[in-house]
Amino acid sequence: MTEDGKLTIAGRSFRSRLMVGTGKYKDNQTMVAAHQASGAEVVTVAVRRVDLDRKSADAMLNFIDTKNFFILPNTAGCYSVDEAVRTARLAREAGLSEWIKLEVIGDEKTLLPDTEGLIQATKQLVAEGFKVLPYTNDDLIVARKLEQAGAVAVMPLASPIGSGMGILNPINIRFIKEAVKLPVIVDAGVGTASDAAAAMELGVDGILMNTGIASARDPVAMARAMKLAVEAGRLAFLAGRMPKKEYAAASSPTTGKIE
Amino acid sequence: MITVTVNGEKRKVQREAVVADLLVELGIGDRRIAVERNREIVNREKYAQTPLEEGDVFEIIEFVGGGF
Repeated sequence: MTEDGKLTIAGRSFRSRLMVGTGKYKDNQTMVAAHQASGAEVVTVAVRRVDLDRKSADAMLNFIDTKNFFILPNTAGCYSVDEAVRTARLAREAGLSEWIKLEVIGDEKTLLPDTEGLIQATKQLVAEGFKVLPYTNDDLIVARKLEQAGAVAVMPLASPIGSGMGILNPINIRFIKEAVKLPVIVDAGVGTASDAAAAMELGVDGILMNTGIASARDPVAMARAMKLAVEAGRLAFLAGRMPKKEYAAASSPTTGKIE
Repeated sequence: MITVTVNGEKRKVQREAVVADLLVELGIGDRRIAVERNREIVNREKYAQTPLEEGDVFEIIEFVGGGF
């Protein structure tokens, strides 16, 4: 029977193809339970000024078991190459790894990436030894340039961050998967389980989501749904779906019917 | 005393203080953080050897919740 393999990025392998974020949760307990239910092994975190009024014990990172989860810092909220590069350097200095989920945002309302800045920042960070996973749009040419720039994965959006609209341009996502050799991780806009399954059925290597789980009415249940959806979509892809037809094709014999 | 800026706010610190002293004074010496001084990363091994200077601008960060 067809079985799935592992997701490998920059020489590191993961059993789960679902990655999750840490934002928008009601509280840390819900976040921890949702992460557990999701089966994810990679968790993204943002980089912000230390809150000097808060006690150390409340720090979000204390709630994440770094033995079971690989922490992937991101450059969320960075609107320039300079900001993103500085943030990545700080994230690395905080001492977990040289992996960075790179975001260079071009527009406040849509949070769509500034692809020109993204490519430039990717080149710079790759030159400084980072393992760069850029959050990009669904443009094949940009994905190719990111690969050429030395990224270790490409992360095309399904739809805008936090919008939950699912995959708006499935053809383009498929084009990207066909054109680059890097792992393709759909990132942003996955709203419910069918979105996740649909993404995996396109043949992508993984999915990163945050709001889809954190903003569900029951995040823990949704996390489990997403885990199953990612597995189902991947297996359906590997199983090789039937071709679509324009008209019907009967599945029962046409002879031997009663008269 | 000298004046430095930490995360956008001015602070008075001892003239002879080093970065390590600043972290202790802020109560964050035990957290997973990173320090940028005048737009350059301060390596954690150097916290005890890096003196603060008048007008230094620090950004001290930690990891927080945030998917995107």
